[in-house]
Amino acid sequence: MIEIKDLHKSYQMGSNSLHVLKGIDFNVQEGELVSIMGSSGSGKSTLLNIIGILDEADQGTYTLDNTVIKNLNEKVAAEYRNKFLGFIFQSFNLITYKNAVDNVALPLYYQGVNRKERNEKALHYLEKVGLANWATHLPNELSGGQKQRVAIARALASDPKVLLADEPTGALDTKTSYEVMELIQNINDEGKTILIVTHEPDIAQMTKRIVDLKDGLIINDTRIEPVKAIAHV
Amino acid sequence: MNSSLFNKDLWKEIIESIRSNGFRTIITAFGVFWGIFILVLLLAASNGLKNGILRSFEGTATNTVFVWAQGISKSYKGLPKGRRYQFDVKDANALRKNIKGLKTVSPRNRLGGYGSSNSVQYKLNSGSYSIYGDYPEILTQQSLGMQAGRFMNYSDIDKKRKVAIIGIGVKNELFTNGEKVLGEYIKIQGVSFKVVGIYKNNSSGGGDAIEKQKEIFIPFTTYDQAFNNGNKVGFFAITADDNHTISSLKEPIMALLRKRHDIHPEDKRAIGNFDLFEMFKKVSGLFIALTGVAYFVGFLILISGIIGISNIMLIVIKERTKEIGVRRALGATPGNIRSQVLIESLFLTIISGMAGVSFATFLISILNLILDKIDNPDMMFANPSVSLINIAVALFILTICGLLAGLIPAQTAIKIKPIEALRNE
Repeated sequence: MIEIKDLHKSYQMGSNSLHVLKGIDFNVQEGELVSIMGSSGSGKSTLLNIIGILDEADQGTYTLDNTVIKNLNEKVAAEYRNKFLGFIFQSFNLITYKNAVDNVALPLYYQGVNRKERNEKALHYLEKVGLANWATHLPNELSGGQKQRVAIARALASDPKVLLADEPTGALDTKTSYEVMELIQNINDEGKTILIVTHEPDIAQMTKRIVDLKDGLIINDTRIEPVKAIAHV
Repeated sequence: MNSSLFNKDLWKEIIESIRSNGFRTIITAFGVFWGIFILVLLLAASNGLKNGILRSFEGTATNTVFVWAQGISKSYKGLPKGRRYQFDVKDANALRKNIKGLKTVSPRNRLGGYGSSNSVQYKLNSGSYSIYGDYPEILTQQSLGMQAGRFMNYSDIDKKRKVAIIGIGVKNELFTNGEKVLGEYIKIQGVSFKVVGIYKNNSSGGGDAIEKQKEIFIPFTTYDQAFNNGNKVGFFAITADDNHTISSLKEPIMALLRKRHDIHPEDKRAIGNFDLFEMFKKVSGLFIALTGVAYFVGFLILISGIIGISNIMLIVIKERTKEIGVRRALGATPGNIRSQVLIESLFLTIISGMAGVSFATFLISILNLILDKIDNPDMMFANPSVSLINIAVALFILTICGLLAGLIPAQTAIKIKPIEALRNE
């Protein structure tokens, strides 16, 4: 699903050049649940940005679902993001003046899906995350866990190939974190490929594979038997 | 895909984002509201002034030239310069016959010449008024609204009846209030005339409105006989038909008159004329300039409103950086974002502009109600109004301005990278 070869990325900081990714080789198969760990400055966010087509590598190749991601213009990049990827953010990033169902429907809006079909799909995904009864509520009427569930429903709405989660539990308490992880595990069980960036080891233990990043290189890549989040809820 | 202006979802997006900044939006929109409000008021005011001034031409055939005899300044065919000549009634017929495109040729006489007035008596009252000898056609050239009785007719002309049509001003001075006027006899230079009609000159405004109510019209033929004039004509009022301008017919008229009176073809001073059409054109030109100034000033004020909208949109976009980033991450193309910002500013501009237009027209209609109550013929201001064309132009300006106002913020908005959305504060 994801094939990355010899990926380099540096940022220009004034006169200095900051080499963030120093040759990453990384493959993810369909249906995997991978966590990327690392301290701040390890390059994990940069890696996620490149995988998410939000940023472009200086060197190396990135293939997503057999499509080479290289030199895309903004329009095509937006189209690929919409088609291939679903984003889950630490701070949820729901649009504050839209209710839950409209938030979930947003990726479909940008796909040009008509209103009726959009709302049907959005409601379906809200049901999937257990928030069908909250469909018409605004984000500020929802708890943190509920907001993240709405965000997950939104990420699923366009039926992407890969879900990218950037610290999805970073703003949540432990109990809610595990509830969210349970949801993510369930979605993965249905076959969706999911990448999670986190620095919480207990969250990483709930994935099937842990990739450790340090100073722009992968120092460890192990497959584990995931801890079932449901056991902790 | 979502770029159509009539896309319901796009409008929903826009209304939502405007509503989420309610108060600030209203304050900003006020700038445009105010600009267009001033623009419309200025246009209405210049229009009102125009109507006020042009009211003095009202009812008057403006396509008219007045022609009178002056002293000959060049000797011709053995005749000396400095001799005097006079037009007569035959000239009128010659003009009618030879010059194509004339509607009315009115030979006129004024007792005592231009600018003079004559003593008129009724019982013990007397006053000085201008006395005109005229044909009934003068009604097509001057607007004399009959208040009572009738104007002269060809029966009066043929029978040389001693009848007079007096102005409302004459009536007010010679007759006491409620006194019988029609059928009474007034004395003009000792000759008795029966009053058969009272008129009120409709071409009010322009300063001499009161003088114009103090004139007396008598049949041309009666004038001839009563004042021993002998078919002479003091001056002609010549009106062209709607397919010709009198200015273009002026030369043939002059040439014909010169020929008939043995005047040197180069003698420009022998025939005096006053071209009402030229004057009307000049006055109209003045108001075109005035309207231009109104547009200019209004437009400048409008621009400051537009800058306000542009400014606030920039701030709103800065505040919504994260939201725009999220939208981009979810698959919004730069085009989506740009059209949203552009239409948002367009929408704001047009809505507030329409409110400005509505409020201004509301004020103007109130002003009109008040002005209607004041019936002062000398007032230089009447019926301030804006035409639909003016409104259309204003809306066009608004649309352009709305797009301009959105342009810079839209460019700023599409520079926002979706990466912003991932950044955690």
